[in-house]
Amino acid sequence: MAARVLVGVKRVIDYAVKIRVKPDNTGVVTDGVKHSMNPFCEIAVEEAVRLKEKKLVKEVVAVSCGPQQVQETIRTALAMGADRGIHVEVSGKDYDTLGPLQVSKILAALAKKEEASLVILGKQAIDDDCNQTGQMTAALLDWPQGTFASEVTIDGDKIKVIREIDGGLETIKINMPAVVTADLRLNTPRYATLPNIMKAKKKKIASVKPGELGVDLTSRLEVLRVEEPAQRQAGVKVETVEDLVGKLKEAGRI
Amino acid sequence: MAVFERLTRLKSTSRFLRYTTSLCPAHPCTATARIQQRRVHGGGSETPSAAPPRRPFSQVTPADLDFFTRLLPGRTITDPDVLESSNVDWLKSVKGSSEVLLRPKTTEEVSQILRYCNEWNLAVSPQGGNTGLVGGSVPVFDEIILSTALMNQVLTFDSISGILTCQAGCVLENLSQYLEERDFIMPLDLGAKGSCHIGGNVSTNAGGLRLLRYGSLRGTVLGLEVVLADGRVLDCLSTLRKDNTGYDLKQLFIGSEGTLGVVTAVSILCPRKPKSVNVAFLGCSSFENLLETFQICRGMLGEILSAFEFLDASCMSLLEEHLKLTNPITESPFYIVIETAGSTPAHDEEKLHNFLDTVMASALVIDGTVATEETKIKALWSMRERVTEALRHDGYTYKYDVSLPVEKIYDLVTDMRKRLGYRAKSVVGYGHVGDGNLHLNITSPMKDPALLAAIEPYVYEWTSGCQGSVSAEHGLGLKKRNYIYYSKSPEAVTLMGDIKAMLDPKGILNPYKTLPDSVR
Repeated sequence: MAARVLVGVKRVIDYAVKIRVKPDNTGVVTDGVKHSMNPFCEIAVEEAVRLKEKKLVKEVVAVSCGPQQVQETIRTALAMGADRGIHVEVSGKDYDTLGPLQVSKILAALAKKEEASLVILGKQAIDDDCNQTGQMTAALLDWPQGTFASEVTIDGDKIKVIREIDGGLETIKINMPAVVTADLRLNTPRYATLPNIMKAKKKKIASVKPGELGVDLTSRLEVLRVEEPAQRQAGVKVETVEDLVGKLKEAGRI
Repeated sequence: MAVFERLTRLKSTSRFLRYTTSLCPAHPCTATARIQQRRVHGGGSETPSAAPPRRPFSQVTPADLDFFTRLLPGRTITDPDVLESSNVDWLKSVKGSSEVLLRPKTTEEVSQILRYCNEWNLAVSPQGGNTGLVGGSVPVFDEIILSTALMNQVLTFDSISGILTCQAGCVLENLSQYLEERDFIMPLDLGAKGSCHIGGNVSTNAGGLRLLRYGSLRGTVLGLEVVLADGRVLDCLSTLRKDNTGYDLKQLFIGSEGTLGVVTAVSILCPRKPKSVNVAFLGCSSFENLLETFQICRGMLGEILSAFEFLDASCMSLLEEHLKLTNPITESPFYIVIETAGSTPAHDEEKLHNFLDTVMASALVIDGTVATEETKIKALWSMRERVTEALRHDGYTYKYDVSLPVEKIYDLVTDMRKRLGYRAKSVVGYGHVGDGNLHLNITSPMKDPALLAAIEPYVYEWTSGCQGSVSAEHGLGLKKRNYIYYSKSPEAVTLMGDIKAMLDPKGILNPYKTLPDSVR
């Protein structure tokens, strides 16, 4: 029976917020903007908690990398049913350049340190849409991976993963320990209920620095410029068919 | 007054009737010693909510259409397909037969339209977003529909005072978005925000979800521009917070449902956007516990409380069945939506968590969940905001919107359930419990006159017996015009008639609405 599941949760700008680009085009405005847990990470937490409820795993540990604020995100995971949290302290310039490579190194180190048998992550984050952390983590650990999971079943020391792929659904069986990334239809995350929110306040969140895990955070990527996509032009309404034909000709369409 | 001759229900023909418990034997509101003048309804027909006969307005002639097409080229609609949706209300419960829909862009155009219609005795039905629930926003017969759809410009916004002036046809949600980008919000919010026009909101004195915190439009509207029945433009579009110079005319038009004038522009005071919004969704085992939770909420959350709404278990079943929404918490007889809005997230969260600790510990609340993120907040609010939509899927809906003493609010629902039994499909209660406003809704597979007869006028008499309002925020429109006497005295209604006669002598503005048939 798998003892410990590590779940990565990322603090991102809330899905419903209108994104604005910073005037200096170096990034998007994050100050004072509502943040929340990445929706795919919520699905990952939900899956881990369900595994625990089915008694297939003993402990769910939620991990997040970032400044002080990510503790809120870890608390949300705890309120959903995770047992304890780990806050990997990354701030300032390091946080600005924190990407899948750095996070996967951290997660790999933690997976080994915590002796996790399963790492569940969201398939991608809604801010960068990278879809790389899960795969990189598996590679660094040399563990099998079941990505885009829409169904996960633990069978002894193997996991059956049904994956959502372009052609439909693919079923694979992988050995544990393994990395799984959650896709949209894996489950519907629960609302954290009040009793659990109260309990979560007492659960532990340990802090650790990347250096302690032996991870080098240097990034090999440099963001040159961030721009808004081109504004969609309004359509033009015409009164008659002749006008329509005329306009189409003007635009060189016919 | 002719109304008494029609009262077959009451035994006594005396003008002064004491309200007796024989009318409503199970009524919890005991009769008061004060003598009350009691009238059942002001209509002549047996079905007071049905349309009266058409009044002798002119019919639209080709010459009239000529005038309109010259005044509003391309914006005079006579196509029956386009007119179809403007002739029917959102509930699909009333349908007019208008053949002309006008879409002015400016106040001047509205003025010319009304001057013309007044001269030629053509009836006009002003229409905003057509989201009204009492049949007040669509024509009854062939009234010309005057739509504010193209009067959607924001005129000015002062970011220091927070005063917004805009045309009447601005959609509420669009105004909210405009303001939110500037760090402000509209002082009102309702489920229909995606479609309703601010002019319509003002003309119906819309209440909504934020009334508890920001008050009614009667306080937040600073000025109006109104076109009167004869085309005169009344410019009271002040942007002053304080102005005690003469009678406050705008109050006449707020809530007049388009019968005294057509609102063409509004200036409104907007609050700052709160930096921290939290929504808690709680479950209570009884209405008493719900009310006690409200007391504690008021005490502990105080100034950060911005909404306190409730829905019952029947509402939840409808949401689950028709809209496939999932209950965020364990099944409970009652659910509360509490919203807090403040300027300091840490402070608000601490207050909210203390409050939640208290109500959970005292078992007033069985279960609950809290949200700070926008997506989750929207999801929790939709449990309350989409009940109306779910009801529409359940069948033909009989809607009642009443103001009652807070402790009696749910008694009406239980009473109606008992009274109607199997005859009704669903009987649900929800609403702005913080404001003492219940939305009682009953459904049946199809429109059922026998069921309607069992509901009305019982529900109005019940409400009236508690000195409540038979229409807390929806207005009277067509459907409830004849029930006005349940909540207003004959002297008051007569005076309303006098004011209407003075401002609209020919009665062309939204006829057959708001005032009872007995008042001409």
